[in-house]
Amino acid sequence: MSRRVRLWLVLTGGAGLAVLLVAACLNLPSFGGDRHPYGDRAVRASIARHTANVVSSVNFDQRAFDTLGEMTILFGAVLGCVMLLRQTRDEHRARPEPAEVAPPVRRYALLVLPVALVTGIYVIAHGQLSPGGGFQGGVVAATALHLLYLGADYRALERIRPLGVYEVGDALAASSYVVLGLAGLLGSTTFLANSLLPYGTFNTLSSGGTVPLLNAAVGMEVACAVVLLLARFLDQAVEIEKENGE
Amino acid sequence: MADAVIVVALLLVAASATVAVATRDPARQALVLSVLGVVLAVLFTVLQAPDVGLSQLAVGSALTPLLLMLTVRKVRRCGRDEEQKR
Repeated sequence: MSRRVRLWLVLTGGAGLAVLLVAACLNLPSFGGDRHPYGDRAVRASIARHTANVVSSVNFDQRAFDTLGEMTILFGAVLGCVMLLRQTRDEHRARPEPAEVAPPVRRYALLVLPVALVTGIYVIAHGQLSPGGGFQGGVVAATALHLLYLGADYRALERIRPLGVYEVGDALAASSYVVLGLAGLLGSTTFLANSLLPYGTFNTLSSGGTVPLLNAAVGMEVACAVVLLLARFLDQAVEIEKENGE
Repeated sequence: MADAVIVVALLLVAASATVAVATRDPARQALVLSVLGVVLAVLFTVLQAPDVGLSQLAVGSALTPLLLMLTVRKVRRCGRDEEQKR
């Protein structure tokens, strides 16, 4: 294909996309209105299934299959990073020296670490009730662990972070989401159908049927995936060095 | 009143995003990106999307800048090793 034809192709495609986008924007509901056809239906479906946080109901019940796709994307991306950033044959690990940490930084990090960790777990556990959920809480909990790298040093972080456990946890959480989806087939004919468990009392921890379980699976998957991702980056930044004698 | 808050949040986002683009040093850029993450989280919360705000706060202002800083450190260390060899 010559340069000219390619340019025309891009311009035609771009113009078509622009026309469609503008046409779609003209038909959008006005900014900040309190009525929305999809929103009204989503809220009704969410309340019918006793899920207080409508966003969680959309993520883990009404659009649970989309969330499976998103979780698989994260799983695949982290798997790719772990493969690419592994230690190669011409590299070796240098033990990092114990680092000097300024006392205020150490105090702050060690004080905030438990608070941040509990916040992360709280956000995961209350995903079906209040804003947040597995993804947000998982990232918070995983990054909270790394305050130990700020407050102490890399060796201290490595001691509380056995990577094998997190690898197994990541895979287990991802597959448990699929298993829960298959379990949905028992009560109905739909994959990931929220029909297996009773919906419970509105606005309690156990309400929403399978929503809290899928939410917890995503929380565990995201937390493990983020820990593994950061571990590979930290390994490369702190420990792994190229062999010099070649 | 609510509209004024939205306008202020939007202006803050525009300002910090411009600073992030204008900053050339990657390590500083990561810090600006973290500020941009916080401001975006405020904007999402003001627009009544606290779930998205929380994701933005966790990923945009903590995780992404951290990954960037670690990458910068690795690249700089490689550069230093190359210079020592010569």
